[in-house]
Amino acid sequence: MIAELGNFALIVALMAALWQAVFPLMGAVRRDRALAAGSANSALAQLALIAFAFGCLTIAYAQSDFSVANVVQNSHSAKPFVYKLTGVWGNHEGSMLLWVLILAVFGAAVAMTRAGSLKVVTLAAQGAIAAAFIAFILFTSNPFERVLPAASDGMDLNPLLQDPGLIIHPPFLYLGYVGYSVTFAYAIAGLIRGRIDAEWARAVRPFALAAWVFLTIGIAIGSWWAYYELGWGGFWAWDPVENASFMPWLAGTAFLHSVRVVEKRGALKVWTVLLAILAFSLSLVGTFLVRSGILTSVHAFAVDPERGMFILAILALAIGGALTLFALRAGALRAEGAFQPASREGALIVNNVLLVTMTATVFIGTFYPLFIDVLTGERLTVGAPYFNAVFAPLTLLLLFAMAPGAVLAWKKGRLGAAFRQAAPAAGAAAVAMIIALWMTWPKSAAAAFAAGLAVWAGGGALIELARRVDLFSSPKRSLARFAGLPRSFIGMTIAHVGMAVVIIGAMGAGVWRTETVRLMNIGDVISAGGYEATLKSVDEVQGPNFISETATFDISRNGRQLDSFAAERRYYPVRQMQTTEAAIRTTFFGDFYLSVGERQTEAGWAVKAWYNPLVLWLWLGSGLLALGGVVAALPAAQRKPVQSPAAEGAPA
Amino acid sequence: MSRLFLYLPLALFALLAAWFAVGLRHDPSRIPSVLIDKPLPEFSLPAIEGHDNALSSENIVGEVALVNVFASWCVPCAIEHPQLMKIAAEEDLLITGINWKERPGDGAAWLRRLGDPYNYIGDDADGRVAIDFGVTGAPETFVVGHDGRIRYKQVGPITEQIWTEDIKPVVDQLRKEAEK
Repeated sequence: MIAELGNFALIVALMAALWQAVFPLMGAVRRDRALAAGSANSALAQLALIAFAFGCLTIAYAQSDFSVANVVQNSHSAKPFVYKLTGVWGNHEGSMLLWVLILAVFGAAVAMTRAGSLKVVTLAAQGAIAAAFIAFILFTSNPFERVLPAASDGMDLNPLLQDPGLIIHPPFLYLGYVGYSVTFAYAIAGLIRGRIDAEWARAVRPFALAAWVFLTIGIAIGSWWAYYELGWGGFWAWDPVENASFMPWLAGTAFLHSVRVVEKRGALKVWTVLLAILAFSLSLVGTFLVRSGILTSVHAFAVDPERGMFILAILALAIGGALTLFALRAGALRAEGAFQPASREGALIVNNVLLVTMTATVFIGTFYPLFIDVLTGERLTVGAPYFNAVFAPLTLLLLFAMAPGAVLAWKKGRLGAAFRQAAPAAGAAAVAMIIALWMTWPKSAAAAFAAGLAVWAGGGALIELARRVDLFSSPKRSLARFAGLPRSFIGMTIAHVGMAVVIIGAMGAGVWRTETVRLMNIGDVISAGGYEATLKSVDEVQGPNFISETATFDISRNGRQLDSFAAERRYYPVRQMQTTEAAIRTTFFGDFYLSVGERQTEAGWAVKAWYNPLVLWLWLGSGLLALGGVVAALPAAQRKPVQSPAAEGAPA
Repeated sequence: MSRLFLYLPLALFALLAAWFAVGLRHDPSRIPSVLIDKPLPEFSLPAIEGHDNALSSENIVGEVALVNVFASWCVPCAIEHPQLMKIAAEEDLLITGINWKERPGDGAAWLRRLGDPYNYIGDDADGRVAIDFGVTGAPETFVVGHDGRIRYKQVGPITEQIWTEDIKPVVDQLRKEAEK
């Protein structure tokens, strides 16, 4: 019964979405206020209906209702309760339902904004996207399908997905992907109305920031999960699906920067609209990639051309339609403000060109194998060496441009003055570079250089902050000035520092790490990065739905005894799969990471030990990036009556 | 001129969409086999430890058969194994195994633990025969017709879906041909 209710709610939600896409728009054209105002209500109704459907599926999972095909395929009565619930989105059908639920949440958020024709047109575009994806679920991937007679027990969830990191990773990623549907819908509305202006930019920016923050967190959690669960000590593999989440992030980052120019200076309109379309298009391509199985990847759940074709059709309609509209209407957009190359606007263009080039390199690397396959039938893969070789120099350029970009003034800046102002950051960067080189020699000098550039980039942002608050006057005055700073500027500073921290963490975990492998028996010692681990015991432990081989190690550092920790290999009998649970000891300076492999007959267990410096910085830096986004999205504080010094240096 | 530029993104996307549409028809795990419709390579392998039935090409020719390349060290093989057990129980079909690059005893121990679906098993410890078959990894499964020709190649584990949708139709077709 519950499954049928969910199915029914979803069908009604489809109706609501279709209504929202068509009628309010007619109302706007005919100047029929009542009809136009209906779009907000239908967006809210759609949210209620989809939330209800999602609740129904969750109940089916909670009750282990094995007459529902989706539950049979992805759950098991012995599975821990929390994973029964999260199993709702650990599979194709359920995750698509989550996708439209989030779409409805964003639709409702738009519905709560100030009334106006921009909102009506935006909601219409949003409704069309929702209708397409709800139809996709109903026609090709219905999670409410029954199996009769009911199965006696389920097939369990892929054990790799039975993990706390995976509880929150997909929702955040989807919040990011889907959040860009709002910027996309706003871009459509802007093109239809022929007005891309400061009002448009102010309306779209909070949504773009929200999507970006969620995507940042989602990518970071995914990377964290790969780090501790996959047992190879790495955090980023340039896997097609990782790239699929990274491309909208890059395009979205570019958008965040260029939309500032639209808001502040009324320039870069055509380009900004194109970026808004691009960010969501890449999100859709990401969905297409995962859901169609067109590329092989650890994430591709199933190869299913029928679903792929349906998503491709949605893609063609949405992106093709948007780009057609763009081609027809973007020519009418007029830039208002002129600016000199050496200005904040100029720096943001450099930022945009670099970020879009980076997006393109990731895109080419991800899809090149498919391209070659279609042309010649030959199979190949593009690996990390390509990405590192192409991506790294672009990142270095971006880091280099970040410091002057943060200190340049709008409209007309002075490049020489900007570099002079950033000089202390250059000093700090040189020191950082020398320290890194000294500590990591003979590892790659390029990594030390990158770390130095990161300090330069973060330092540039901090110097501008120091100047704005007049740091070297008096603490009281600085605090007062700090309170008066625009949120967007504080957010930018935090995010730039976060970016620097992430880069340094990436150098540590990616380049400066050390690795040891050996066969171990009880009592043997393995060491990496000054840590020593002694294998104490290997026991078989029975988990709720797995059997674990738990290896316990005593660890010491430089002869000093520390605690003990355990690495596991788990065997999930229902799925006949094995997973590794690495043992990780985290400090601010680095992680000691152990992973246990298969037992090699009498020789012992194959154990790998890594010392991964600065891994924590990756997660801290990602947190700072997200925090910066949140701060920038906060509504501006009520402007106090003008204080005398605040007028100077008109804040960006 | 600048107006024409605005059509550029659309044109690029149209190309991309066409290319995706073609790409969708390509199965990413497909590796074209040069052996399809060619006769089975001639080989003779010793039995694995603890088994009596060794495997040579003569055991296969004249019957519709599956030749499954497996190893105890291969995780996807463990995923595939229950499906093979099911096929062995439900179908009257010759199932043969090539135990690939295995240390003595490991393959037999693995089969004792999980069950043995094979009529004949050959021990291909150095991987010579697998090379003749063009094997790139385990598991791989070849469907051989009664005329001794390889008719289908499956790369990666046989799941229930792959069995019912892809392999079983080929097997049924081959059986019909054999009856004629």
